[in-house]
Amino acid sequence: MNPIVVGSLESSDCLITLTPHPSRKIAIESIVYDAYHDAIHAVIMSLLDDYNLQRVHVLCQDKGALEYTIKARLKTAILRFKEVHHES
Amino acid sequence: MKIYRSLDDLFESLPVVNGLSISFHHHLRNGDGVQNLILKKMNELNITKLKLYPSAIFPVHTEMLKLLQKGAIDAITTNYLNGSVAEYIAEHGLPNQLKMQTHGGRSRAIIEGETIIDIAFIAAPIVDEEGNAAGHDGPSACGSLGYAIEDSVYAKHTILITDHLVKKLEQPQIFSQHVEAILVVDSLGDRQGIVSGTTAITKDPVGLRIAANAAQLMDELGLIKEGMNFQSGAGGISLKVTEHLKNTLKARKLKAGFFSGGITQSHVNMLEDNLVNDLYDVQCFDLHAIQSLKKNPHHHAISAHDYANPANPKRVIKDLDVVILGATEIDLDFNVNVTTDSYNTIIGGSGGHSDTATDSRVSIIVTPLFKARTPIIKERVNTITTLGKNIDCLVTERGIAINPKRTDLLAKLSNTHLPIYTIETLLNKAYEYTGVPQSYDLKAQKIGVVEDRDGTIIDTLHTKKRR
Repeated sequence: MNPIVVGSLESSDCLITLTPHPSRKIAIESIVYDAYHDAIHAVIMSLLDDYNLQRVHVLCQDKGALEYTIKARLKTAILRFKEVHHES
Repeated sequence: MKIYRSLDDLFESLPVVNGLSISFHHHLRNGDGVQNLILKKMNELNITKLKLYPSAIFPVHTEMLKLLQKGAIDAITTNYLNGSVAEYIAEHGLPNQLKMQTHGGRSRAIIEGETIIDIAFIAAPIVDEEGNAAGHDGPSACGSLGYAIEDSVYAKHTILITDHLVKKLEQPQIFSQHVEAILVVDSLGDRQGIVSGTTAITKDPVGLRIAANAAQLMDELGLIKEGMNFQSGAGGISLKVTEHLKNTLKARKLKAGFFSGGITQSHVNMLEDNLVNDLYDVQCFDLHAIQSLKKNPHHHAISAHDYANPANPKRVIKDLDVVILGATEIDLDFNVNVTTDSYNTIIGGSGGHSDTATDSRVSIIVTPLFKARTPIIKERVNTITTLGKNIDCLVTERGIAINPKRTDLLAKLSNTHLPIYTIETLLNKAYEYTGVPQSYDLKAQKIGVVEDRDGTIIDTLHTKKRR
């Protein structure tokens, strides 16, 4: 199954990759990991909750994106994911 | 003068033993082949417990990495380091210590005998048969040899390495009386890496806003005037500030006194446009600067001692009115870090940061408020490179902070329309975008020290903690 990929690895952006997974799983690679890991994790969890998405693996490769960038990238990825996987 | 054509013959003439102290300069920057040539030979000869005094270390310096991996280097004292050597030291440390000095402090320590150099291996782009040397000509021309001058005078053995030997050299920077031998090689290094080309003036809207703020701040502080002495680096924002200065000087028919430090095309253009009297050049940053040094009589190649030795009462930077500098981090006490990043990776070092900030009447830090989510303002910097008492102004795209101890500057700005805030307010503005970082500590074993120009230890360096 092709993963959904949104974003880029440019500085101040992030690359979000969504793949189907039996349960929700989040992996974060970030150049600001030490300072913002908890914040990045929280924003991803909260957006997945908003869209009630459980069976997904989220890979966030972050190059120092601000929170709204992460949200925008992830939201786009979630909408595409739902379209492809016919999730309501 | 003894002239060698073979490295082996040269080494037979030298007291190469374990525990040797050797020095190099960094004027060939990331094109330097000379340090690699010498350290490769040290490696072949299985020399250990080396003490190295390069003025800077760049990614090209891979032979040093091999010696580090072998455990053959005991200690390193330098002004700036990045690349694989920096990464290795940040992970493993050294048997003895890493000492980060300033450009002026390095010169002072050599002259005062704190730093004792057994052999100075000096890459010299043009050398005459008597042993006089300079950097402005030859296939590996790099311009001023400012950071090698004290080495040439005070090392027990001074060796010139060149790929351009001539009969007679006019206006040398290094004099034959200090030189023991010359080694002639095919090439000093990689031309592309020696001259970085022209540094681009920033076009980024954030950078443009910062530069405009800094230029206006300089003006409102009354710093733009006849005979003003100015230094700016080769960063894109600094160059834009220099361009603003040029336009203002031109419009008001003013002429600056001198520009000092690392010289670029921007500075040369202003000399040739008759907007500044003299360039005091310790290091050329591009080809234009090298060519100008050759032809413009008011473009002077100077030594680190002339430039910034704090014990030299005639040092050029003592007369600076304003210096424009960068920062990787700046804290609520205005301490600046350009040595490590916020995650304890070694990324550079003072160079002349602390020297010029300390001497200049006004020091201005130009930086974005945050870079890739990391706020540049911290409650406490990861490493102190320049003490906050020597930093006067912080200019960002979203506001300016003045060191509260500079009540004189604040008074001059009492009616300004510039966006002046406290540094605490600017930090909170950054947090509005980035969020407040969680607390973390990435410092493990102590591996070295940061030494200010007068020899005072102002901070310690640590290996980076593994996650």
